[in-house]
Amino acid sequence: MSGPALEISGLYKSYGALAVAQNINFCLQPGARHALIGPNGAGKTTFINLIAGVFKPDKGRMSLAGQDITRVDQAGRCRLGLVRTFQISQLFHALTLLENVCLSIAERQGIAGSMFRPFGRYRAVIDEAMVLLESFKLEQDALKRVSELSYGRQRLVEIVIALGQQPKVLLLDEPAAGVPSTESRIILDVIDQLSESIAILIIEHDMEIVFRFARRITVLVSGKILTEGSPEQIAVDDRVRSVYLGESVSG
Amino acid sequence: MSGAKLYLQNQHRWHIFEAIPWVLAVGAFFVLPDYMAFGTQILITIIFAISLDLILGYAGIVTLGHAAYFGIGAYTAGMLSAHLGWNEPISGLLVSAGAAAAVGFGFGCVLLRYRGLPLIMLTLVTAVFLYELANANEAITGGFDGLVGIRISPLLGVYENDLWGHTYYWYSLTVLVLIFLIARAIINSPFGHSLVGIRENVQRMRAIGTPVHNRLVRAYAISAAMAGVAGALFAQSNAYVTLDVLSFSRSGTILIILVLGGTGRLYGAFVGALVYMIVEDELAKLSPEFWEFGIGLVLVLTVLFARRGLLGVLEQGVRTLGRSRS
Repeated sequence: MSGPALEISGLYKSYGALAVAQNINFCLQPGARHALIGPNGAGKTTFINLIAGVFKPDKGRMSLAGQDITRVDQAGRCRLGLVRTFQISQLFHALTLLENVCLSIAERQGIAGSMFRPFGRYRAVIDEAMVLLESFKLEQDALKRVSELSYGRQRLVEIVIALGQQPKVLLLDEPAAGVPSTESRIILDVIDQLSESIAILIIEHDMEIVFRFARRITVLVSGKILTEGSPEQIAVDDRVRSVYLGESVSG
Repeated sequence: MSGAKLYLQNQHRWHIFEAIPWVLAVGAFFVLPDYMAFGTQILITIIFAISLDLILGYAGIVTLGHAAYFGIGAYTAGMLSAHLGWNEPISGLLVSAGAAAAVGFGFGCVLLRYRGLPLIMLTLVTAVFLYELANANEAITGGFDGLVGIRISPLLGVYENDLWGHTYYWYSLTVLVLIFLIARAIINSPFGHSLVGIRENVQRMRAIGTPVHNRLVRAYAISAAMAGVAGALFAQSNAYVTLDVLSFSRSGTILIILVLGGTGRLYGAFVGALVYMIVEDELAKLSPEFWEFGIGLVLVLTVLFARRGLLGVLEQGVRTLGRSRS
């Protein structure tokens, strides 16, 4: 398969008179490092929710590695390798870090619905979870409740849970949002080191992060794609400057 | 860190404290042989509370209509005997469980598309609906006067339901052990863990590929089956079924019992049922008119000062003791 990892064509979504996605055509290449930027209210998170299958589009088609997923529900898309994280952390706060990761891995391994053996007997799930935690140097906190971790750590767990799904396409919704700069470095390093086999779409406000990470940038304004190009092209684009960069430069 | 792995691998192992309820239950038979009929009712209530804990405590489904399945179990067991002459108790129990599971599955498919307040109201409505259905079909259910003519055969063809309720105490205790073992296995399984995940964050569960509706319906049907078993035991032990088994007050009471004991910990059902029924019994003797006031007071105090129920207080106490000793 050399086609795009994710292909979206003619996507529409509106709430009454408010069009949140208008004729969006979008392509994510295998191994992509793609950023989606745009001013507040541009519809970036809505776009992620449409791709992930949380919202149903009014019109348009979506395919994942050539397979039509327009009518596949959220859980189904996830099982096909299309995984997202959340702008506001969505963790299992009362559970330990290890359990958080195990839930994701158990689901991917297809054993999460079985009820005839104790969870603890599924060594393959627990071992995989520990390996994953070790690779992020989180193994010391494995038995801590997620709610006891620092916010920066929680943002990291947000990504680790998604990686438990072994995604082919990963949608990162502002992974470093609200994290103090001392900790955001760790998160960025993690994102930098993600496998090239994963195609990544990242929403981010921080231009420093965008230009460090992205090899391609799409600019979304009022539910429409304004332009798409390489970081160099976007950086010198006057329209982008006026609707987006202009704000942050003057602000 | 192999410590963390061991923790999860050993989570389902038995703890010494888990022997306490069973020692008490067996001990009660020898110490308080005159209270076995009352003891049987407590055991039945524990089964009912466990069934509720599975969906409320673990899966986070708040229901005000769980008596629906208790009632279906009770009426199924009762009508099998009264109308069909099917008096064998154990098969009656299984058929009742099946009937409750089937209805639970049907209702669950629709109800569990909703969450929060709409779900609470819908569970309430289903129980009221069944209550009125039973009330209207007097010819089959006996309506307001109750279902009479239940004659349960001796257990295993040998043990009659004696005047002191000894047979049914052992019968109910055996059923409780089985239900408890099943419930415990379920909550320790990956399925049980995923229910907790759904309770904690349904949005995230969807985002890691969980078929949430499917899981909830399964849990709901299993819970309904267990409630049906409790209802059937109730009908068989009393040889009488009235509309009360489907009443709103029964749904509300079992919720109070579980909250009182502690939700999401399985043993909360034991503590809640035992304390509630003894307090109710004692207060009713003390003051036949105002006993509900006492129950209300206990509940208000629990909710205000012991959010995790009486079992939570016990656990805290044991932990504090352990710490001060070390």
